[in-house]
Amino acid sequence: MQNLKDFKASKLAKIFNQFFMVSMWVLGIITVFFVLLLLFLILKDGLPYVTWDFVIGLPSEIDAGGGIGPMLLNSFYVTILSLLVSIPISLGAGIYLAEYAPDNKLTSTIRVCVEGLSSVPSIVFGLIGIALFVEYFQIGLTIIGASLSLAMLNLPLLTRVSEESIRAVPHSYREGSYALGATKLQTIFKVVIPVAMRGLITGLSLVAGRAFGESAVIILAGGVNASAEMWDFSLFSPGGTLAVHLWYVQSEAIVPDAKEIAHKSAAVLLFVVLAINLLFRIPLWWMERKMK
Amino acid sequence: MNDYINLHDVNLFYGTNQALKDVKLQAAKHEITAFIGPSGCGKSTLLRCLNRMNDLIPNVKITGEISVAGESLYGANTDVESLRKNIGMVFQAPNPFMMSIYDNIAFGPRRFGVKSKAILDEIVEKSLRAAVLWDEVKDQLKKSGLSLSGGQQQRLCIARALSVEPDVLLMDEATASLDPISTMKIEELVQQLKKDYTIVMVTHNMQQAARVSDKTCFFLNGEVIESAPTKTLFNNPEDKRTEDYITGRFG
Ligand SMILES: Nc1ncnc2c1ncn2[C@@H]1O[C@H](COP(=O)(O)OP(=O)(O)O)[C@@H](O)[C@H]1O
Ligand SMILES: [Mg+2]
Repeated sequence: MQNLKDFKASKLAKIFNQFFMVSMWVLGIITVFFVLLLLFLILKDGLPYVTWDFVIGLPSEIDAGGGIGPMLLNSFYVTILSLLVSIPISLGAGIYLAEYAPDNKLTSTIRVCVEGLSSVPSIVFGLIGIALFVEYFQIGLTIIGASLSLAMLNLPLLTRVSEESIRAVPHSYREGSYALGATKLQTIFKVVIPVAMRGLITGLSLVAGRAFGESAVIILAGGVNASAEMWDFSLFSPGGTLAVHLWYVQSEAIVPDAKEIAHKSAAVLLFVVLAINLLFRIPLWWMERKMK
Repeated sequence: MNDYINLHDVNLFYGTNQALKDVKLQAAKHEITAFIGPSGCGKSTLLRCLNRMNDLIPNVKITGEISVAGESLYGANTDVESLRKNIGMVFQAPNPFMMSIYDNIAFGPRRFGVKSKAILDEIVEKSLRAAVLWDEVKDQLKKSGLSLSGGQQQRLCIARALSVEPDVLLMDEATASLDPISTMKIEELVQQLKKDYTIVMVTHNMQQAARVSDKTCFFLNGEVIESAPTKTLFNNPEDKRTEDYITGRFG
């Protein structure tokens, strides 16, 4: 037998190791560079020219100088309404799938369906919205129609995120709670969900950001117009949002400053989506600090 | 009360796999009973029968009679939550909840309806003192239970188990993940606790069983081979297999 002392660590393994590390660095830097470049390109033509009048002003059909007020308001309104509807449902579904559902054919079928639904193109949910709100209930293109259709789009992904975050909580937490005589409900809400909160909030921020920028569902179920007044909170006002407006001015509008409006709208849209992501970090950061 | 905890012909199946075979066993009040035996022989399974934690695993079938203080644990009208409150458990790896030290202890009492801040304060202090942790954490009760060291976390879990004033304390290899000094602290603590509680502990460490327990039960392949006062079992084992195990000839 050969003496183990005669073996040397392989030179080749070391070279591969170095090579891999350098490649990952380079790829990482390239990715970050492109993302920053993209952000810069979008923001540079818009952000410097965004004024308060533009942000809360009414749009104009013919003259230059129109604002985006009602559309921006709709974006927030529709996003929040859709989340208010989809969060309780998907949290409930996630809890059921993670904690209660028996391991059988039915539940694995449900799981596959949820997974499948989360990759259905959003425009399909827009079509469902049309069929339901415009054709069946005949309420036309409205905020409520847009919100509920968007809620349907949110559901599968939110359900998945909820199930997975809850499932990822180590079993030992549950055992600790049961061993003290807590019921299943108490265990889930007092012990498991607080631990899952990190994953839940991260998932929620992704869904919220996507909902805010969603256009296909809104065009079909909410329309391309928003209310003609500012601060109109009627659920039955037209449901066009900022993302839709961006598409509209870029492709359909006849105002002379359509290009500028599109640039500025894109900048505002991006800014808000980034802000939403940052906003969701605050509770995470706060929880982290409390846990130290 | 030599049969404070009494098991008669207990069989347990995980699906079709039999993990406990005709277990007969008694444990006395205010004594420490230790379960020893090679891993996979059913020690944890039996311990988990005593607070019905096995109910949480699907497809578990249990037959036989288990009673504590004369009350059957698997009776038709047994209230599982109250039962688990009366029979506390400490696990192999410390598992404090992701909440403050205070809330970890207050969790149990709150579940059973204690709301008064004054009473909770009292329970928290009393439980932490009983687990010999009070002096180390009294100034940081708001800090997360997870910020403590492993040994402190395990004592926090013991305090948490004591917070609901159980009669019995089950410990499943509670020192297995701890360093020798923390282990020693917990062994001392267990000795003190036996004044007020009946303790059943699983340990893979025979010296530990010999050091702390009053009675030792030797398990092998789901059966209790021998159970006797600790001194007798270690000095004069009756069964050849017990002798082989404690002298290190196998396992
Ligand atoms: N949740 C479970 N499901 C199925 N089998 C299990 C489960 N837990 C333990 N077992 C089996 O029961 C036997 C006893 O396990 P356990 O009580 O954990 O042993 P010990 O604590 O003595 O190491 C082992 O064969 C193990 O594989
Ligand atoms: Mg075990």
